Amino acid sequence: MADTPLLRLRGVTKAYPAVLANDAVDLDVMPGEIHAVLGENGAGKSTLVKIIYGSVRPDAGTVEWRGQQVDMQSPLKARDLGIGMVFQHFSLFETLTAAENISLAVPGSIAELSERIRAASAQFGLDVEPDSRVQAMTVGERQRIEILRCILQEPKLIIMDEPTSVLPPQGIAKLFETLRRLASEGIGIIFISHKLDEIKALCDTATVMRGGRVVGVVDAKVEDARSLTRLMIGRDIAAPSHAAQRGDGHAVLEAAGLNYTPLDPFAPALKDISLTLRSGQITGIAGVSGNGQDALTRALAGEILQGPQDAGTIALDGVALGADTPDQRREKGLHFVPEERLGRGAVPIHTLSENAGLTTHHAGLVNWGMVKLGKRRALAQETIDAMDVRCGGPDATAQSLSGGNLQKFIVGRELALRPKVLIASQPTWGVDVGAAAAIRQKLIDLRDEGAAILIVSEEIEEIFEICDTIQVMFRGRLSPPVQVQTTSIDDVGLAMAGDFDALALKECAHV
Amino acid sequence: MSRLVIEARPERSVWAPIQVSLLAVFLTCLGGSVLFMIYGVSPLKGLDAIFIDPLRTSYGIGEILLKMAPLLLIAQGLAIGFRAQIWNIGAEGQLIVGAIAATALAIQFQGTTSPLLLPAMVLAGMIGGMCWAGIAALLRAQFNANEILVTFMLTSVALQLLYYLIGGPMRDPGGFNFPQSIRFDPAAKFPILIEGTRVNASIFIGLAASAIAVVFVQRSFVSYKMSVGGIAPAAATYAGFSSKKAIWLALLISGGAAGMAGVGEVSGPLGMLQRNISPGYGYAGIIVAVLGGLHPIGIIFASALMALVYVGGDFALLSVGVPNAVTGIFQGMLLTFYLACSFLLTSRIRWIKPDDLKQEAMAD
Ligand SMILES: Nc1ncnc2c1ncn2[C@@H]1O[C@H](COP(=O)(O)OP(=O)(O)OP(=O)(O)O)[C@@H](O)[C@H]1O
Ligand SMILES: [Mg+2]
Repeated sequence: MADTPLLRLRGVTKAYPAVLANDAVDLDVMPGEIHAVLGENGAGKSTLVKIIYGSVRPDAGTVEWRGQQVDMQSPLKARDLGIGMVFQHFSLFETLTAAENISLAVPGSIAELSERIRAASAQFGLDVEPDSRVQAMTVGERQRIEILRCILQEPKLIIMDEPTSVLPPQGIAKLFETLRRLASEGIGIIFISHKLDEIKALCDTATVMRGGRVVGVVDAKVEDARSLTRLMIGRDIAAPSHAAQRGDGHAVLEAAGLNYTPLDPFAPALKDISLTLRSGQITGIAGVSGNGQDALTRALAGEILQGPQDAGTIALDGVALGADTPDQRREKGLHFVPEERLGRGAVPIHTLSENAGLTTHHAGLVNWGMVKLGKRRALAQETIDAMDVRCGGPDATAQSLSGGNLQKFIVGRELALRPKVLIASQPTWGVDVGAAAAIRQKLIDLRDEGAAILIVSEEIEEIFEICDTIQVMFRGRLSPPVQVQTTSIDDVGLAMAGDFDALALKECAHV
Repeated sequence: MSRLVIEARPERSVWAPIQVSLLAVFLTCLGGSVLFMIYGVSPLKGLDAIFIDPLRTSYGIGEILLKMAPLLLIAQGLAIGFRAQIWNIGAEGQLIVGAIAATALAIQFQGTTSPLLLPAMVLAGMIGGMCWAGIAALLRAQFNANEILVTFMLTSVALQLLYYLIGGPMRDPGGFNFPQSIRFDPAAKFPILIEGTRVNASIFIGLAASAIAVVFVQRSFVSYKMSVGGIAPAAATYAGFSSKKAIWLALLISGGAAGMAGVGEVSGPLGMLQRNISPGYGYAGIIVAVLGGLHPIGIIFASALMALVYVGGDFALLSVGVPNAVTGIFQGMLLTFYLACSFLLTSRIRWIKPDDLKQEAMAD
């Protein structure tokens, strides 16, 4: 039965009020095939896989599972048939532990599952601590749980919607090994990613979407990143231009001797961190997520204040920020783009207008305690235009946007007020190649205006592309800064595994 | 083997909240009909007695407005907190403390004809309610004590306080030891609006509160911050909106509103402080807030409906002879059906037919 597709879609169509998200889409996935679905932000990829998984109902079209037409009414049905999915936005319960979350989808007692989770996380290189609570986890860890939960269900078809966006390079290599092995056992895989080299490395076939339609089904092995890009967005994209550092490079934000001990024993602490962000300079923090980056960005942004037992100071333009709240810091010009966009960077059920006010209200949006609705709306519209956010306008809810488009909106909102200091966590997470290049260019432009920028990213390539200096974070410690020109991806990779000397030695050699 | 599944609804309509309210009212009528049949009353006659009869006379309408005043005020206050996920369910207690505070002034200034007495009493009632709710706010903000439990338990305390005061310090010295205060002077009472009814000017406080609530909810930055905190706490932390402030505001506003509602009772139909100052307005206010979809305009309609049920229950007692517990049952049904229906708003229940499963089995 090798020629019966595992899954066959014909003419799948789904209209939303503002857009036709899927327009007569056909898709065949054979057993053992790793099938990529790619396209720009908002092309309709997530919508398509949600239809396959039964969480969105199509307006028209048919779904065949192993040659039988089925009505995919619900995720329950999809799971019964043997379809597993890793969602682009997480679907974990915050107050439960990793093992408890997995037990909701996989049968077995918590104790048994914990064993299986430990075994599987070692086997697949997906570090997950079964007893720790999701609440305290970074997006990288959450992503690993989602993937593990899916694999432990032993599905026949695995759907992964941007699973690698927050995984470190080693994690990605391990994941690919796992996926290849599963495929060789006859399992079909649908893989969505904006990273074209990943698609080339992993996938057999690629279905390319644009504006809800399939614009090509190609052999992923013969295409290259450039030809795929052209298929996807219809043009080539320019790499961001990165002029030499400007300005006098005076220190804008200085953190010294920062320590933080979280209440949750599983959450990473901060140990004696010192960091200086300079005007006209982009500093990149590389490292596997879960090594304290989250606590560091929160501490800088003012979301967590150090307890009495924790020492350390953060100063902006030489003035200590002390107990300033995040909005007080924003008023002083320190803005922050968090990694989770739905629920933290934006309120899901609020409109884009309302979300525009979340972090910009101090810029004349509030008068006598009343929000200036017109002005807020205008700001949302400006952000939408500036970032080319594809959506139904300022009145669209945040949750109706595709993941990448919401990310563009949030980055645009924080850029709109021309901050003095910008801290961005995974700024291009889930953003398509064209838009990622645009966001990186905007960050570089902001730097050229003299802003001090901190980028936290697990994508080493991104850090090397736009940063001036690099620091690596490992188990709550931060390496000393090194110039990008004087280091290599390999050295940073070593430092990410804890060997800070790999960086430091190089630095000495060049002095 | 077939089975029932519950799953999230993929899409939601804008009109759904209104549909849910109307559906809840409809189901309550159905449930009420069953109730009437059990009592051997024709359902049509029974429903007529509850929902239509009170609207036939100006007296009935006056009674509805009279009951609507406290419900409206309490529900508008509660809804502000509920939208921020801060659950004050002790409005009944705050109402009592507000009534006590106002009564203290009425006793102190007995015999005065000053037009300032009534406004001062309203203010005192508001402050009394705020203080009572403020205890819960303090415990929640400082010690993270659950405000649902604290406000609820404080209601019992308020009741005991009331019993103590009218049995002693606030008892009418010339009242033959009846547990009640003096009769208020005219200066301490709301003026009657319509001759021949009991409806008084306190309804204007409820209407003014509704108007303020509309502006507050749609325009004010404070309300925006509170709603972010309620819907997405992580986003509120990220933005830097203080959850403590939201807790204080939510509880003080709702407590103050309930306290003023208490003044409306003692300075209105009762004219004195006594053991029973509220037929459960504080709890009914919760139902009104929820039934109104936590929206200021919706709450106006919901409070009118709830007041109608109160008055209709009394009418039904007289005209068709069902016990007036029917009021409580109707209120309960309204809330239960509303909650059930709004669950259906976000989720759906489906019956998976055996056929589908067979198909799945074949595919396997
Ligand atoms: N619930 C919804 N309501 C309204 N519009 C929606 C909804 N979900 C998706 N859309 C719209 O459908 C289009 C396709 O969205 P989809 O999430 O499938 O894109 P995508 O290809 O996955 O993009 P990304 O790469 O950014 O994740 C977008 O224009 C989006 O705004
Ligand atoms: Mg998507």
